[in-house]
Amino acid sequence: MSDVYIIGAGIHPFGRTEGRSGRDQGVFAVREALKDVGIEWDQVECAYGGSAAGGAADIMVNDLGLSGLPFINVMNGCATGGSALSSAQHAVASGAYDIALATGFDKHPRGAFNAQPAEYGLPEWYGQTGMMLTTQFFALKIQRYMQLHGISRETLGRVAEKSFRNGAKTDHAWRRSEIDLETIMNAPMINDPLTKFMFCSPSEGGVALILASEKKMKELGADGVKIASVAVRSRPPNSFEVFQAGVSVEEGGKPTELASKAAYEIAGLGPDDIDVAQLQDTESGAEIMHMAENGFCKDGEQEEWLANGWTNTDGKLPVNTDGGCIACGEPIGASGLRQVYENVQQLRGRGGERQVPNSPKTAYSHVYGAPGLSGVAILQR
Amino acid sequence: MAQLAPIDPDLWTDEAEPRLIGGKLPSGQTVFPIPLGEAAKSVERYPLPRNGTLWSWTRQDFLPKEPYEGPSTGPHDFEPYLIGYVELPGEVIVETRIVDAKLEDLKLNMPMEFCIVPFNASHETYAFRPEKK
Repeated sequence: MSDVYIIGAGIHPFGRTEGRSGRDQGVFAVREALKDVGIEWDQVECAYGGSAAGGAADIMVNDLGLSGLPFINVMNGCATGGSALSSAQHAVASGAYDIALATGFDKHPRGAFNAQPAEYGLPEWYGQTGMMLTTQFFALKIQRYMQLHGISRETLGRVAEKSFRNGAKTDHAWRRSEIDLETIMNAPMINDPLTKFMFCSPSEGGVALILASEKKMKELGADGVKIASVAVRSRPPNSFEVFQAGVSVEEGGKPTELASKAAYEIAGLGPDDIDVAQLQDTESGAEIMHMAENGFCKDGEQEEWLANGWTNTDGKLPVNTDGGCIACGEPIGASGLRQVYENVQQLRGRGGERQVPNSPKTAYSHVYGAPGLSGVAILQR
Repeated sequence: MAQLAPIDPDLWTDEAEPRLIGGKLPSGQTVFPIPLGEAAKSVERYPLPRNGTLWSWTRQDFLPKEPYEGPSTGPHDFEPYLIGYVELPGEVIVETRIVDAKLEDLKLNMPMEFCIVPFNASHETYAFRPEKK
């Protein structure tokens, strides 16, 4: 298997764009990515893309051009972007193609997702009695974690404060204003201990990445970033996931820990080698728990990390430098690729006001979602 | 007042002290609820203990979208409700509504007991409440 590089990255700003479909936002992102590399659509040899609620991706060829390329639709929930990236990487690494596209987009209605029990193999009463809400899962998971590991409510607030501070400096972010800690802490409660400003919201957006072989990258003279590893994993036995009416009394593994371990192994790297990280922050608590699940600190140490600003853009491990899901919102199909887009920008030194200092060399991204799956990608300059 | 029907006819046992109905896998592992469809075939019906300890909790402070069928008619008369997980020792941790408690009363590992409570105009459902001292 040969090395694969991301040579082009494009994004449609996240948030709300009235009158533009999710797929059109994807098409916008693809055109931005092509412009970034300086190639035409008909030079792309294969494509992988998808959305959760924005329809099939392959119809994008109506707008981009009928070049005849194979275009594979990916529909993999929260891992849609990660699975598209993984597939495109394998297509190039195998030697079958020299240029591949990975894209994801989405557009969700306002408010929390309303899942239907039958789609998840669950009985109707689970939804009828008001226990089938994703927000509850995140609150229940962090509530227990806080009790066991001494995490304070203020630390939850500090995560959100950082997200909005970073989002304010990010062109593609949705929430572009800073919000102070007191306002975050005193905002209406959604699910205790998480207030309104600690949660991300469903939103809209599109991302496109152009992948290439080393040979093609050199031929084009492109500014590439190496994909050191991509790993997608589903849940192991006895894990605690979203939409579980019953949880095993035996403590099981976590899909994030599996994906993280695999990604480190493939890349031949460890947590200490990472210069910047984008971690799934569906809400403040998720970012805190994912810092430990991805190996960056031990359970409970987040209290000290946040108090000292170690995850700030100028800290020892900047986390969610573009404001993450909390500032960008979560269009499911695009969210994981946004993290990779942000890492590409950081490694190329194109972060502008939010650029991590001292030319970061290694960047980590992590997505988590229903029904218990996780994707990790490590990029290297 | 008309008799309330269970939200699901096979969710708890019909006896003086009803028990939540879980299942035993061939491996001996206890699960809740009994899986649907083909997966149910290899699972033995297994009523669960009525007492356990609080594993985690939260309060639902906004009106859920459908398929929620709670008693409110809209955001104006919505009452936040408590939910959580109760660990039934050695068996399984079950998700449940929590009644007869306020958010600030809830503590990790506090003893909880099973009960059946009115849910909406036509149905009753299961819940756990802090064990009476």
